[in-house]
Amino acid sequence: MTERMQGTGPKVYLSRRYRLSASHRLHSEAYGAEENRAVYGKCNNPYGHGHNYVVEVTVGGPVDATTGMVCDLGELDAFAQEHLLGRFDGTNLNTLEEFRHQVPTTENFTAEIDRIFQNFSGAQVVRVKVEETGNNSFEMGESLERG
Amino acid sequence: MIFLTRKAEFSSAHYYWNEAWTREQNERVFGRCANKNGHGHNYTLEVTVAGEVDPVTGFVVDLKELKEIIEREVVSVYDHRHLNIEVPEFAAASGKIPTTENIAIAIWQRLEKKIPHAKLHRIRVYEMADLFVDYYGEP
Repeated sequence: MTERMQGTGPKVYLSRRYRLSASHRLHSEAYGAEENRAVYGKCNNPYGHGHNYVVEVTVGGPVDATTGMVCDLGELDAFAQEHLLGRFDGTNLNTLEEFRHQVPTTENFTAEIDRIFQNFSGAQVVRVKVEETGNNSFEMGESLERG
Repeated sequence: MIFLTRKAEFSSAHYYWNEAWTREQNERVFGRCANKNGHGHNYTLEVTVAGEVDPVTGFVVDLKELKEIIEREVVSVYDHRHLNIEVPEFAAASGKIPTTENIAIAIWQRLEKKIPHAKLHRIRVYEMADLFVDYYGEP
């Protein structure tokens, strides 16, 4: 893998959105059947359901003066292809190792994706946002809204 | 503090090329973006300003005025232009490569001192719906 760009320019944030589809079922081993239904409602349907997730990954850092870039986009895309889309797209999240001991809520999914992108060496990933539907989204990391 | 965001669009051509490098280096680093015939995008610009609400007008900033400033300082200069050839901050010998990062910084510099009554907070430039850059004026 290529090394992180050695920029000295102004600090910018670049965000890239990736799309993946997966199914899940929200069900906690800590609860009985009745309680699971009460807590998770229709998301507890035993057969599962699915979403078109949008994962927005933000890297932050100084602009490299020779390339004008904060991050090699090809490298970020290749990393996402292998470790995000290759891992989760078209899967049932409940069947994956990551969710053997935790409920695949989008909160937990966001934390898993954040953990994955902390291994990206091309730039510092400062924020991960996951949109489960157009109406709800989850974020981890640096708040970009500076007052 | 209230944050107010105004959008604008411009369509421009560009290519990525570092004159200090050989053709091979440019093509290796920039890939298809190094084609000197250029290519283009529909950019979406979001200008966010921060300020207090004026008790008389109820405004943070006069939106019509903000729209005119963005039009004059950015859109009229960038829209339907080739950034590498026609826009000074990218065309000059000392010019920067017109990446989305550098476009966001250049737009910040164009607008920073021009907005009355409010502070420029963020420049967001979408090169396409799934790729955008934020700049907060950080050195």
